Amino acid sequence: MKNRTAKGYILNTVVIAAILIGALIIQSVFGKNQNFKLILVPSIWQCCYLIILAASLNLVLGFLGQLSLGHCGFMAIGAYAAALISLACQRAGIFTDAKGAAFVLVLVGCILIAGILAALVGLLVGIPALRLKGDYLAIITLGFGMIIVNIINNLPFAGQEGLAKGSAAASLYKNGLGFGTASKVTYLMVALAVTLICLIMMFMFIRSKYGRAIKAIRDDEIAASASGINTSYYKILTFTYSAFFAGIAGALYACANATLSTSSFAFTNGGILNSTFVVVMVVLGGMGSLTGSALAAIIMFFVNYQIKNGLWVKSLTGFLGGMFAYPMLVYAIILIIVIMFRPKGIFGTYEFSLINFHRDIKNRRAQRALQKADRKGGESE
Amino acid sequence: MNEEITPVLETRHLGITFGGLKAVTDFNIKVYEGELVGLIGPNGAGKTTVFNMLTGVYLPTEGSVILNGEVLNGKKTHQFVASGVARTFQNIRLFKQMTVIDNVKSAMTKDTDYNLFSAIFRTPKFWRIEKQLTEKAMDLLAIFKLEGKANQLAANLPYGQQRKLEIARALATNMKLLLLDEPAAGMNPTETAELLECINTIRDRFGISILLIEHDMALVMNVCERILVIDYGMTIASGLPEEIAKDPKVIAAYLGE
Amino acid sequence: MLRSPAFLIERWQLTHVSTLIQTLIVGLRLGSIYALVALGYTMVYGIIRLINFAHGDFIMVGGYTMIFTMPLALALGLPVWVSVIFAILACALVGMSTELIAYRPIRKKGTSMTALITAIAVSMILENLAQAIPPIGPNPIVTSQIFSTGGFSVAGVTMEWTTVLTIVISAIVMIVLYEFTQKTRMGRAMRCVSEDKEASILMGIDVNNTILLTFGIGSGLSAIAALMYLGQYPKVYTTMGVMLGLKAFVAAVLGGIGIIPGAMVGGLIIGLVESFTTTYVSSSMADTFVFLILIIVLIIKPAGLLGKNVGEKV
Repeated sequence: MKNRTAKGYILNTVVIAAILIGALIIQSVFGKNQNFKLILVPSIWQCCYLIILAASLNLVLGFLGQLSLGHCGFMAIGAYAAALISLACQRAGIFTDAKGAAFVLVLVGCILIAGILAALVGLLVGIPALRLKGDYLAIITLGFGMIIVNIINNLPFAGQEGLAKGSAAASLYKNGLGFGTASKVTYLMVALAVTLICLIMMFMFIRSKYGRAIKAIRDDEIAASASGINTSYYKILTFTYSAFFAGIAGALYACANATLSTSSFAFTNGGILNSTFVVVMVVLGGMGSLTGSALAAIIMFFVNYQIKNGLWVKSLTGFLGGMFAYPMLVYAIILIIVIMFRPKGIFGTYEFSLINFHRDIKNRRAQRALQKADRKGGESE
Repeated sequence: MNEEITPVLETRHLGITFGGLKAVTDFNIKVYEGELVGLIGPNGAGKTTVFNMLTGVYLPTEGSVILNGEVLNGKKTHQFVASGVARTFQNIRLFKQMTVIDNVKSAMTKDTDYNLFSAIFRTPKFWRIEKQLTEKAMDLLAIFKLEGKANQLAANLPYGQQRKLEIARALATNMKLLLLDEPAAGMNPTETAELLECINTIRDRFGISILLIEHDMALVMNVCERILVIDYGMTIASGLPEEIAKDPKVIAAYLGE
Repeated sequence: MLRSPAFLIERWQLTHVSTLIQTLIVGLRLGSIYALVALGYTMVYGIIRLINFAHGDFIMVGGYTMIFTMPLALALGLPVWVSVIFAILACALVGMSTELIAYRPIRKKGTSMTALITAIAVSMILENLAQAIPPIGPNPIVTSQIFSTGGFSVAGVTMEWTTVLTIVISAIVMIVLYEFTQKTRMGRAMRCVSEDKEASILMGIDVNNTILLTFGIGSGLSAIAALMYLGQYPKVYTTMGVMLGLKAFVAAVLGGIGIIPGAMVGGLIIGLVESFTTTYVSSSMADTFVFLILIIVLIIKPAGLLGKNVGEKV
């Protein structure tokens, strides 16, 4: 390992540890604060799964260069899997409240299983779907997303009271995980840790032969083949890997919501769990930048929060008021504006790196100075 | 005494028909280890089509492609590469949004021997292999005097260097047969001379066979040991450069009748 | 009173057969509507290689325009269906504007990926804009019958006039369109641009205007499809175009995207599949079946039934 890389790793680890410790401190200090409990903590939960969703879709959309519109289908699988398995554990008596070692075990287990199940379905979908490209892949993943949600709708154990007491329905009212306000605070660190781990896993994937292979496929699939890259293999692998994280995001969602509803994951839904919203996040952040996706997720979370709860929004009347009642309209407009005027998004393909931060800023400044000098030289001639 | 040496590349009656059009007919070639063979002909004669068949991009409708004794018909492109053939393209196909060194490293993917687990958990094996990759890649870039630009985006290279990078990338696949599709296209005499030098260097260093499509006659005559000429998909002449230069059929094909 | 087995069997056969015929007719009627919409998809894709995700929403635009202009038609003493003329104009306008404002600039500057994303965004904007504008959305609006009800009976099967009208009008539109692309200058220009844009420019064809015209015609067709749809289900709602558009897209792909007769073939097949699935399996599975067809077609023969595979030039 080169010295600089080693230093980079140490720096990152220190900062991450600092963030987690900071979060712990904040949690113990403000734990009883009402605003903290009722507003900040649920918001952080939501940001967490949005970040994982956006970053994981970026693997396929930004790095592999393929548009997949079924991402929320995988999230739905993860959410329902986590909810139902934990419910089964609860009904079997493995745990009663959201406390204790047994529960934590179930929690971690459900998150993992959610990811694995979603990955399996991702594999099944990916194998046929990834033979296609472009528009066709988009439509077919859209179709699969719809089929998945449709199937969940028709599962006799996935609705109403769930499992043995369940029936095929659009809503699941009993969820082994669905945390109340207090539990959300208690297990906040779990959400943060899971998000960080997921992001790290994605970074590691990108900064390896896998990242190089899929970027090659994105830039020129024929040349990639001609360079010995087994394009089908890497496409399917990336798709499956991305679905894994979507499933985990779903599990976190199941933690944060006591009731699950398949209509939330539908493509035509106006909420934030439809695959178009995830595309907006990825495009906004930059297709090819994981840091961009994370940042965009937080930004879009704020936008969504303001639309849903902002006081200034409520005071708008008439057409503008109507517009904000349909947040998807706002998101679609954001998407079109970004695509038309800054298709690279916020970060483009740049990855924020602590150790390179200083150097990158210096480089950027030097580059701009050079461009200015060039232009001036050209003008004076 | 004649030894039966297996040619690196052999094609037998290779041909392809698109719809009603016979793009290539009865193409036969044998390329032995270390040889540099030229493939020339007027525009549209089918030279790149031959390359496409030799790399699995097109499925021949007749005949066979045999690489190192192995019949490769019907396999996918990356399997052809795994069997030892790599190519460059007529219109440069670099990975524009990747760095120069990543372009080269990406061609080493098939020989990069760690799995997803190693990548995620950054095992010692991962670091060791990545270090080797970087060394090998820088080595290759140095042959083409590109090592100084290793971390620049491939899109930012000037044209001549982009062509060289493409060759470096093809070399990175560890192939035994290199197919160069008009590597000197768009180059001025200085760049062409440099290219010539590079080709000779890689021949000496790696002992590979090269099949070269080119329009620049000076380059072809200078560097090829043997030449095949095709026109309208059919081989009209084959032999030493001096013979080809005097062959009336070849002259007629280029100048038209 | 006992019925003889022969009588019962004969009775069962009759209902069975009449159900079959009924399903067939419903399938043809649905298929005609899908064919009309698929035509629009296929024409646009053929010329700019982009799936206009918003196409289904043009139907919604057509539907609502008709709803709002029906009173006008009535006031002028004209039959209610004359409002389709306004709908055609409105749809063509929306279609051409979309091309001018959204697709053309992206085609110049962007990649096919950004073009695709733009199309999705346009679709979302249309749907949600309709929901947000008070007189339009979000609640469905029920309208009066457009065509006179009533029909006739054949072999125990009721055939409504609307059904006959739908099938006949679709067929006529298709024939007219086919002749247009084969025989007229503009039509041939459209075919040229689909085949080879660069060559068309060299031949002096105004590519931009040809594309604009294609959008206009394709979108206008959705208005006619909306008329047919409303004739059968007299209710408009903002997301009415979504499933309709998706299924019509499947139809276009099935028949061969970019191929006009393919749209008709594909449309009819999808309509029949949906109808038969609804009758003999279940209505909730109908959508899934249609998507399965899409998946199978795209995997086995992506060029569609009438299409030819054209590889990428290396």
